[in-house]
Amino acid sequence: MREPEHVDANVLAGPLSEILSVDLTTAERHCAVCGAEGVFAELHVVADGPGWVASCPRCRTLVLRLVRTADSLWLDLGGSGTVRIRTGP
Amino acid sequence: MNTVTRGFHGRRGGDPDRIPPGQYETSDFPVLSVGPTPRVDTDEWTLAIVNEAGQALTWSWDAFMALPQEHPHVDIHCVTRWSRLDTDWVGVSLDVLLEDVETTAEYALALSHGGYSTDVPLEDLTDGRAWIAHTFDGEPLAPEHGGPARLIVPHLYFWKSAKWVREIRLLHEDDPGFWEQAGYHSYGDPWREQRYQGD
Repeated sequence: MREPEHVDANVLAGPLSEILSVDLTTAERHCAVCGAEGVFAELHVVADGPGWVASCPRCRTLVLRLVRTADSLWLDLGGSGTVRIRTGP
Repeated sequence: MNTVTRGFHGRRGGDPDRIPPGQYETSDFPVLSVGPTPRVDTDEWTLAIVNEAGQALTWSWDAFMALPQEHPHVDIHCVTRWSRLDTDWVGVSLDVLLEDVETTAEYALALSHGGYSTDVPLEDLTDGRAWIAHTFDGEPLAPEHGGPARLIVPHLYFWKSAKWVREIRLLHEDDPGFWEQAGYHSYGDPWREQRYQGD
């Protein structure tokens, strides 16, 4: 039985850098659903569909949708819980 | 973690009357999903059509399989640019499922196990153009392809053919689905390359 192939969320570094001034892949993440703590890059990303879909590696909750259309990047971070981006030492 | 990309056997060109613009013909059946594959036992499977008043018609697996079965032989076109010709399915026409549904709705939202959804004008599910399919190429539809049953609407891009469908919700207003909320076209006609909003 095959599962959808996933990669880690480092694959999102490129497209996210087009719209964010910080590197989100190194941010700390707290899952709003299962409480998992981790790094954004640990998200499971299915990248071979119409867009990128990232989910929590523990509870599989949808965290991010990113779609590249002809003239736009569409980013949905609606289910992500919190992301902490450290700005100091 | 699986980071290996499967091989993909496609070729450009093909019959221009059957391959829409921007598509490749393939003999593969790529698996595209937005998350883990839901495992739905047919003992627990139900399909509901819910009209705009909230009234539901629901079929168990046995009741669904007892309905008149059709054998659509269709070409399918994925927005990720593959097209596969001459696919064979067995399933129940939406015309049959909608026969006893009282509705004046203009839109349908297909809802799936696993959280996927997609919206389609209701008229595109009628007149022999859409099925709930349970068999592909003579075999029970595999879970990774949407089994035990999926919607197929072959005249639209294949993201409209929701895997693991559990409910068809009839609506007066269009309610964008999973990909439609994120920039994909609300209709998705492959012959007009309606991939993204504004196409």
